[in-house]
Amino acid sequence: MPNMPQLARRHGALVALTVSALALAACASTPKELPPPPVAVASSTVETPPQTPPGPAEGSAAHYLATMMGRDTVYFAYDKYNIDPVAAASLQAQAQWLMRYAGKRATIEGHADERGTRDYNIALGERRATAAKNYLVSLGVDAARLTVVSYGKDRPVALGSDEASWAKNRRAVTVVID
Amino acid sequence: MIMRKALPAVSLLSLLLAGGAVAQTITPAPLVNAAPAAPEPVGGPLTGTVSDDSAWQSLGIAIPAMATPADVPTAASAGGTAALGHAISTVITADLKNNGLFKPTGPDALPQVPLPQVDAPEFAGWSARGAEMLVHGSVSAGADGRLTVVCNLYDIALKQQLVHDSWAFAAADWRRAAHKCADKIYARLSGESPFFDSRIAYIAETGPKNFRMKRLAIMDSDGANHRYITTGQAMAMTPRFSPDYKSIVYLSYLNGRPRIYVYDVERNTQRLVIETGSPTFAPRWSPDGKWLLYSMAVAGNTNIYRIAAAGGQPQQLTDTPGINVGGSYSPDGRRIVFESDRSGTQQIYLMNADGTNQHRLSFFGGRSATPEWSPRGDQIAFTHIAGNLRIAVMPVDGGSFRHLTDSWQDEAPTWAPNGRIIQFFRTEANSGRTSLWQVDLTGRNERRLPTPVDGSDPAWGPIRE
Repeated sequence: MPNMPQLARRHGALVALTVSALALAACASTPKELPPPPVAVASSTVETPPQTPPGPAEGSAAHYLATMMGRDTVYFAYDKYNIDPVAAASLQAQAQWLMRYAGKRATIEGHADERGTRDYNIALGERRATAAKNYLVSLGVDAARLTVVSYGKDRPVALGSDEASWAKNRRAVTVVID
Repeated sequence: MIMRKALPAVSLLSLLLAGGAVAQTITPAPLVNAAPAAPEPVGGPLTGTVSDDSAWQSLGIAIPAMATPADVPTAASAGGTAALGHAISTVITADLKNNGLFKPTGPDALPQVPLPQVDAPEFAGWSARGAEMLVHGSVSAGADGRLTVVCNLYDIALKQQLVHDSWAFAAADWRRAAHKCADKIYARLSGESPFFDSRIAYIAETGPKNFRMKRLAIMDSDGANHRYITTGQAMAMTPRFSPDYKSIVYLSYLNGRPRIYVYDVERNTQRLVIETGSPTFAPRWSPDGKWLLYSMAVAGNTNIYRIAAAGGQPQQLTDTPGINVGGSYSPDGRRIVFESDRSGTQQIYLMNADGTNQHRLSFFGGRSATPEWSPRGDQIAFTHIAGNLRIAVMPVDGGSFRHLTDSWQDEAPTWAPNGRIIQFFRTEANSGRTSLWQVDLTGRNERRLPTPVDGSDPAWGPIRE
């Protein structure tokens, strides 16, 4: 199973543990074939701590980002596109927000690390973004609200040429459109 | 050793292979340009990586300024016909210098040649200068403003004329006359097909690594006549010149939607190749310019399609889950080599041009990507990924391969029109800086191409008619 230790650390062992059962199932097959997990379970376990003082307007892109706290992005192993447990937890949080603000549309941007050829990485980024989209759809988000675009290796977020940077760049980012 | 006459190709190449290549210091191409507005290549010093001692000595070629019957003004940026004679010889010198076979001496270091000597050289004097070969020529302007350029090559020891040719060009195209002359000399002395009179499309890159501005740009094979095609507002990638050089197919992120477009170089217009709800990328021309290959991602899977360049219904050529991408036609247009991860990792496959008979070619360690069929038909260049990315070649039936480069990240090979040199781009670790390079099939003569800014995704077009 692909591991994303730094991400697990980032979002706390609690999240990883509470969703582990759900996530293990997610990892075993492609998202498309997954039966939609019960939304109620996801919402009760993945809810972020209720520490939202006066902040961005409810339902705005800024509100989405503040709510996600990094979970707007899911990460992938080298040359892989499967949704691992940590990614599944993030997508559940995204789905929860998107279900609550049903008028919002989102673009899922797929990316690859720099250690591959350009054309293939465009296809790989497309595959990753589509895997994230399929997972959101399996959780009940209307597919018509979601657009996918791949940037291949051309929009890295981490600038180093090392494993840690590449791990951060192999990603799919769900961007809510205001 | 000293070569006294033209050697057949085999012996020339085998000399290079056996004896190692020439220790050379490559200097930037002379800054002579037809279009005053066009930026000059200002790349850093070219890097010659060849340093082994060798018994092989380059063939010395003296290239004095071309003569003119009358120094008359022309529309060419280089000036009147006398100045043009000097400029053309300078371009010929630079062409011949940059491939490791010859040691040309240009007009700056040589005496002016009177017109009558163009057809009757004073061999004794040139012999004393230590050159083995001598290039003489002339430039004249017709009443219509067109230039006629005569190109003669002589073997000094044999007192024999090896090349005699002439071309007429519009004044603005004067550099093409120089490239044609260099091509004739190269072909006569090496036995290979010509390649200097050709153009390159590529992506000019500027800006930080996480937000590169990527513009479509074109230039002559020596970097001259550089021109930016797109403004950089939409990210541009993977261009390919049509065989007639009238258009370029490329990937644009116009309006945030990656799609392939055909750009008309003369009219400065572009058209979307196919209306589709899905992204299209990795476009390629067929050798006759009648077909376009492209890749399209649907529901996360990418497959290869072809469509008539004039438009029409696309035909899906591959149909497997996963990623099938890219593609390169054989010179006869009957087969396509492409990339697929149907085995689990990127590997190179072959199919007929209609998509039938798909089978795997690369059975090496690592991943094999971006195959490009040689214009000679005998080899396939590709990117070999095993840790680092390196340029490699293999025979068209697969089986074996050899690396031509050894750097951190070299990718996307494209062939010179004669199938003897491969261009590619190199990415620097951490900085993400990119540059265009070329290497010959021995892997020994590697040099950087000067470009005004960083460059990637080179595509070398055919020899111009």
